[in-house]
Amino acid sequence: MTEASLIGLLEATVSFGALLYLAALGEMITEKAGILNLGVEGMMAIGAVTGFVVALQTGNPWVALVAAIAAGALIGLLHGLFTVVLGAEQVVSGLSLAILGIGLAAYMGRGSVGQPAGAELVPVDWGPLSDIPWAGPVLFQQSPLVYMAVLAGIAAWFVLGRTRLGLAVRAAGESAPTTDAAGHSVAGLRLGAVATGGALAGASGAYLTLSITPQWTEGVVAGRGWIAVALVIFGAWRSGRVALGALLFGLTLALKTRLQTFGVDFSPILLSMLPYLLTVGVLVAISIRSRNRPSPAPAALGIAYRREER
Amino acid sequence: MNPPPDDAPPAPAVELSGIWKRFPGVVANAGAHLKVRTGTVHAVLGENGAGKSTLMNVLSGVYRPDEGEVRIDGVVHHFRSPSDALAAGVGMVHQEFRLVPSFTVAENVVLGAAERIVRRPAVESAVAELAERFGLATEPDRPVWQLSMGERQRVEILKALWRDARILILDEPTAVLTPGEADELGRILRHMADDDRTVVFISHKLHEVTGFCDEATVLRGGETVAASLPVSETDSSALAGLMVGSSPVISERPPPVVAGGPKLEVVGLGCLDDRGLQALHGVDLTVRAGEIVGIAGVAGNGQRELAQAIAGLRPTTGGTVHMDGMDLTAATPRQRFGAGLGYIPEDRMGVGLAPRLSVTDNAILRTYSTHRRGPFLDHEAAVAHCRDLVERFAVRTGPLDQPIAGLSGGNLQRLLVGRELSGRPGVVLAAQPTRGLDVQGVKAIQDLLVAERGAGVAILLISEDLDELLTLTDRLLVMHGGRVVAEFDPELAGRHEIGEAMVGHPPVGAASA
Repeated sequence: MTEASLIGLLEATVSFGALLYLAALGEMITEKAGILNLGVEGMMAIGAVTGFVVALQTGNPWVALVAAIAAGALIGLLHGLFTVVLGAEQVVSGLSLAILGIGLAAYMGRGSVGQPAGAELVPVDWGPLSDIPWAGPVLFQQSPLVYMAVLAGIAAWFVLGRTRLGLAVRAAGESAPTTDAAGHSVAGLRLGAVATGGALAGASGAYLTLSITPQWTEGVVAGRGWIAVALVIFGAWRSGRVALGALLFGLTLALKTRLQTFGVDFSPILLSMLPYLLTVGVLVAISIRSRNRPSPAPAALGIAYRREER
Repeated sequence: MNPPPDDAPPAPAVELSGIWKRFPGVVANAGAHLKVRTGTVHAVLGENGAGKSTLMNVLSGVYRPDEGEVRIDGVVHHFRSPSDALAAGVGMVHQEFRLVPSFTVAENVVLGAAERIVRRPAVESAVAELAERFGLATEPDRPVWQLSMGERQRVEILKALWRDARILILDEPTAVLTPGEADELGRILRHMADDDRTVVFISHKLHEVTGFCDEATVLRGGETVAASLPVSETDSSALAGLMVGSSPVISERPPPVVAGGPKLEVVGLGCLDDRGLQALHGVDLTVRAGEIVGIAGVAGNGQRELAQAIAGLRPTTGGTVHMDGMDLTAATPRQRFGAGLGYIPEDRMGVGLAPRLSVTDNAILRTYSTHRRGPFLDHEAAVAHCRDLVERFAVRTGPLDQPIAGLSGGNLQRLLVGRELSGRPGVVLAAQPTRGLDVQGVKAIQDLLVAERGAGVAILLISEDLDELLTLTDRLLVMHGGRVVAEFDPELAGRHEIGEAMVGHPPVGAASA
């Protein structure tokens, strides 16, 4: 294993970690408000195709990114319409959204297959920082979306943990009647969270087609949306732990294509199972620990709220 | 908006008129009205299902009335949400607490009205200050799931005070309090009224109404049957008569019975609470056949854990539980039921009954394995068993295949008690069996327990209603800090002595063996 290939591995770990983190953070915010959205894979696909198509038409990667974020938020709001406004079963709506998003993305991108990218988000140049050995390429020559992911994580930690809005969002995910009685709009909080989740998934999808592999192919998301959903559980609904989990799962994604070049004889298929196995392990650990204390999962996760029910 | 003219007498703080509220299959309010003067403590009385909670939910913006008018300080309001009501100064402490268990006390208190940025230490000290001002003991940094019911209620009251509610509605606030705590609450409410705040107090307990309140309004069947009666000009039995519409019912001391041999023997029992701290420190007690032994105590002194440990729902850390000489310390709840233990849990809907299952399914939860045909449930036998319970225990219910959640509190409890007694138990463990029930419900459940006692059943009655304990029990144990600290003869004991024991000052020489 050469130094260059090790640097490459770490660089890819950070890059994939940020990709997963954006989507997982969005899902975490959504779940904190009490809405389970299993449609991350679909929202990422929509973000990916929107980013790519808008880049083709405008040639401006930033416009493309904003469009992808908006598209993700819209799809998230669709989930909100079904589950928050109409009170539909969240698992069913989320799964439908995953399938719908993948299909819709394939349809929207049918003319773009094989085309060169209209624009790319070029890595940020941090000047002298980027020239530091090891740290430079790994941390300071990344796509702008990596730094956005870090900022989003800090913002989520601060807003959820230190502000009135965050208190209300978490309350909506723990006990909707309590939140309502306290004078907050449960529907408003939940719709806001689900739209934010969609926006972050959209950004994550655009990261794929504007930075990582600047082209459109069907199935480009390749299950990473599901990893993001698992990651929320793995990180026990805490932004810091989700970030650590994202790096760990990012490492498995980065290793997948590199194992052979490192001369390690381990099936990449087994490797890609690792995030899910780890998540199951964490679920078991949570339930053992939860015998005498509440689970870290939001208590009202998946439960629709209607005020006049009695 | 139509404020009153200047020369008129001050408008009442609350004026509800012609309130109608219908739910599928139920008319909860049928033209109810209520007028509450500013600076008074006003009782709203009525049996379960009389429409008190619905009327208060209309006043606090949870429900929108189908018809009728809500005036606050003479101004008509159309509340669309609880926050509208709060903005008009109406705060409500619900019977089922509206608290987030995973949040701290302080987070719960400020949830409705926090600064944009929430700094925990600052918020916690502000909440502590507010609590101190109104004499409400609390720990702002403790998560709510660790608190007892009495402590949770103080958090609810703090929430309303934090929002500076001028009109405070309390829905059966003393149901979860000990007599001492209830008196303390009465003082707090009086203090608020003197501060020109207005308190609307919902209760079944008539002595509290006559003790704490200035005026009383009585509801029956969704209608107001007596409005703003000055409490000084009425008495408990007159109010009770208005509530039930017939002569009041009060349980009497059952005739003495010669107790038989020991049925339930608990020796040195220890267990942990939800936080993993020692909740019971070696509890010893014996209940003999034909005897009701009462457990009194301030909420959170191990009574809940004691009941769960005896029922087999909480692992023990030491000691033994014997029934009829049989060691049941490690037995499952089902084995205990089979051995003759009937359990009436404190948490009816969570532990006792499954709200979404049908009446029939709930009735056979303990005995489904006997109502079967091969590997399948024998539906007809199950329905027959359920119908038998419904008739024997006078449960008022709709179709038996409908979810049990539609039944009122008193009828849920009748079915639950009936189910547990139908197993012909030798020992009945009853935790807060009459809490939150209306007068007739309380009487029915108490009569059932007394009848079981007469039939030679050993009954352990854990209650926070001291009157109930003094009336029904043959021996009264007091728990404090996870120990039995005193034993009293309820016929001779003074309330003052019992109250002292509850706070950890048992009379000299009274500690039980």
